[in-house]
Amino acid sequence: MTETQPTSYEAAFKSLQEIISKLENGDLALEEALKLYEDGIKLSDQCASLLENAQLRVSTLGADENGDIQL
Amino acid sequence: MDSFDFFRPPVLTVTALSSYLRELLETDDILRDVWVKGEISNFSRYSSGHLYFTLKDANAQVRCVMWKTSAYRLNFSPRDGQSVEVHGNMSFYANSGQVQLYVDNMQPVGEGLLFQEFLNLKNKLEAEGLFDPAHKRDLPALPKHIGVVTSASGAALQDILNTLNRRLPLVRVTIAPSQVQGSEAPASLYKSLEALNQIADLDLIILARGGGSIEDLWAFNDEKLARLIHRSRVPVITGVGHETDFTIADFVADLRAPTPTAAAELATPVMLNELQLTLQTLRGSLLSAIDELIATRNYQLELKNQDLRRLSPIQRVNNTIQTLDILRERLDRAMRQQLQQLNTQLEHLGNRLETLSPLAVLKRGFAIVSDTQSGQLIRLAEHSSTDQAVQIRFSDGEIPARLNPSDQEIL
Repeated sequence: MTETQPTSYEAAFKSLQEIISKLENGDLALEEALKLYEDGIKLSDQCASLLENAQLRVSTLGADENGDIQL
Repeated sequence: MDSFDFFRPPVLTVTALSSYLRELLETDDILRDVWVKGEISNFSRYSSGHLYFTLKDANAQVRCVMWKTSAYRLNFSPRDGQSVEVHGNMSFYANSGQVQLYVDNMQPVGEGLLFQEFLNLKNKLEAEGLFDPAHKRDLPALPKHIGVVTSASGAALQDILNTLNRRLPLVRVTIAPSQVQGSEAPASLYKSLEALNQIADLDLIILARGGGSIEDLWAFNDEKLARLIHRSRVPVITGVGHETDFTIADFVADLRAPTPTAAAELATPVMLNELQLTLQTLRGSLLSAIDELIATRNYQLELKNQDLRRLSPIQRVNNTIQTLDILRERLDRAMRQQLQQLNTQLEHLGNRLETLSPLAVLKRGFAIVSDTQSGQLIRLAEHSSTDQAVQIRFSDGEIPARLNPSDQEIL
């Protein structure tokens, strides 16, 4: 059942939130701030694209001819 | 014939007849509080919520109406062919000229035993605390992985998948197909629930079945299923049958949805477009955060620039130039003042000099006589001599003259 997961929306969204709080609160070196900003834009694009291209991923547990799950 | 008219009862209008009939029915001790047993046919549920059906047996039928307020209290879905006992009162519906039974209570017959079984189980599990609201878990606002227990071939599954796809296509769905009716159904449902509970990252389980008769839904009134739902590691949403159907599974579930579609909706409280909106807002925050950060740096830089300009030697030179300029201006002004003062004095002296000048006397009509040769003034007559050449000076010029001797003698 395990499949290779692309970066999940939740993870990307959470990182984006963290970056924004750092930018809003932190006394950052400009270079660091610009790096964070760049990362933030990337994450935001990534989230948008994940939403844009989201498709329901459906899998079915194996069942026998009666429709019973094989444990 | 005419003579009979005197004995004829009064002619009634149809309305009057209807009213009379209705009064008769509604005041009859038996008809106003009656239980009737029969089979349902022509059942229809209007969108208003009122139920209309015919109750019949082998030989007769009667129209029945059940208002929404009573229909809501039913704990089963009446259907055509079902044997029921109904309670209500008879009356006459004048608009269609029909005698009708106004039903306020209804219970299945034959299923009575089944229903009693249901109630007993419900009471037992309730007493054990299986329905306790405190045990019901909050569902994740943004589920990542949803398990579905339902028939692989039913419309319920398609409804659920369509709804999930429409609302939140981000989710992963794992279907655990199960039989949902018949004697094998409970055991099949146990297996599916247990299988889904073994998936580590599963956020919630939808347990669903499309609408059907009370017998069709019976598998969801199973005691062991109820206990499995209660024990389930993963929260369970039920969506069994129609809005009016309540099963034991519904009572014990963390959340009960009226239909499979509604279960999928409740499973995904946040929709994709809301996520997109939140993302846009967040992106706005990112932009304004970096803008502000850069603006702060710019401001600090500007302050330093100002310091730099203030401390620059060019400024000192400029200051000196300005001081020089001011001094120069003061010098000029002092000089001009001095000159003006001298001029005034000079003018004053000139005026005085003029008043003292002998020439001023000449303007008043006097003349000066001087000897032409010596240039000496002749102040007195005795200093003159005959035939002496003189100059006579008037205010506007001189003329030469010679003193006349005869005139002198006359003098």
